Amino acid sequence: MMIAAIVALGVGTYSMRLGGVLLRGRLELSDALQRVLAMAAAALLAALAGTAALMAGTEFAGVARPAGVLVGGVLAWRKAPFVVVVLAAAAAAALLRLAGVP
Amino acid sequence: MRTVQRTVEDRALLRDAATIAAAMIAVGASFGAIAIAYGLPAWVPFLMSTVVFAGGSQFLAVGLLAAGNPLAAVFAGLLLNARHLPFGLAVGDALGPRLRTRVIGSHVLTDEVAAFTLAETDPVRRRRVYLIIGATLFTSWNIGTALGVLLGGATGDPGALGLDAAFPAALLALIMPSLRDRAIRTVALTGAAVAVLLTPVLPAGLPVLCALVGLLTLVRRKR
Repeated sequence: MMIAAIVALGVGTYSMRLGGVLLRGRLELSDALQRVLAMAAAALLAALAGTAALMAGTEFAGVARPAGVLVGGVLAWRKAPFVVVVLAAAAAAALLRLAGVP
Repeated sequence: MRTVQRTVEDRALLRDAATIAAAMIAVGASFGAIAIAYGLPAWVPFLMSTVVFAGGSQFLAVGLLAAGNPLAAVFAGLLLNARHLPFGLAVGDALGPRLRTRVIGSHVLTDEVAAFTLAETDPVRRRRVYLIIGATLFTSWNIGTALGVLLGGATGDPGALGLDAAFPAALLALIMPSLRDRAIRTVALTGAAVAVLLTPVLPAGLPVLCALVGLLTLVRRKR
């Protein structure tokens, strides 16, 4: 039963991935619609970043994690390199936790 | 012809790929370790990391499988992964027209691959970015899973390393260039706010999909 569940989840997930990719190939999309699709993906990614930064399950994620993401976000806004953004966010959250901040 | 510019861009891409790969190994290790700690057989995390290859849904599914609820694991996981369809629509063109590339490339489509590909504006380089990031993440995620299964609890707590802040920050860094466009920023921030507000009341996966209502801000702007 466990193996069936994992395979079902894998096949279902792959179908959605492939479905989107193949559909994109089939459709003749205007430039305006392509722009809307890119915006839709940006909205989904922003939502992923927002929920992952602020929420742990259905609760708020405490202080250290959002603060770390904020540090990374400010650096990204100021065009810091990707490596710096990621490391600074992790380091800020880790140091705050070390200092006892939840 | 291999120009100097291209070499510089490739080096930057590989450095970014290495950054995200290091984080993926650490989180993959915590996934492997958690699956074993739940008392699941060792093949479960391996099979999931190769066949499912979607971190969030894997964490969710091992918890539900360990609780003896495989049906819930499938449905909750699929709901969480439904966002891959719009991701495929948005970046699928990067894989080009060949069916083989699209069939194989689709499997490595993740949040990070979508974000990296969207951040690349040059149509020729998009395909390279998609495939390099996809292959790097698939490899590092599976190496991480194996380390977690082998080392168990010795892999350490990802929270103590601040990795839970690293992934949202990475996504933020990747979408930051598009957020400089005012219309995109309004759509994305509205969507993110909707998702955060709905997270306490909706099952995992749905709040993020609800971020698409951010597109409605475009309708208002045009009128």
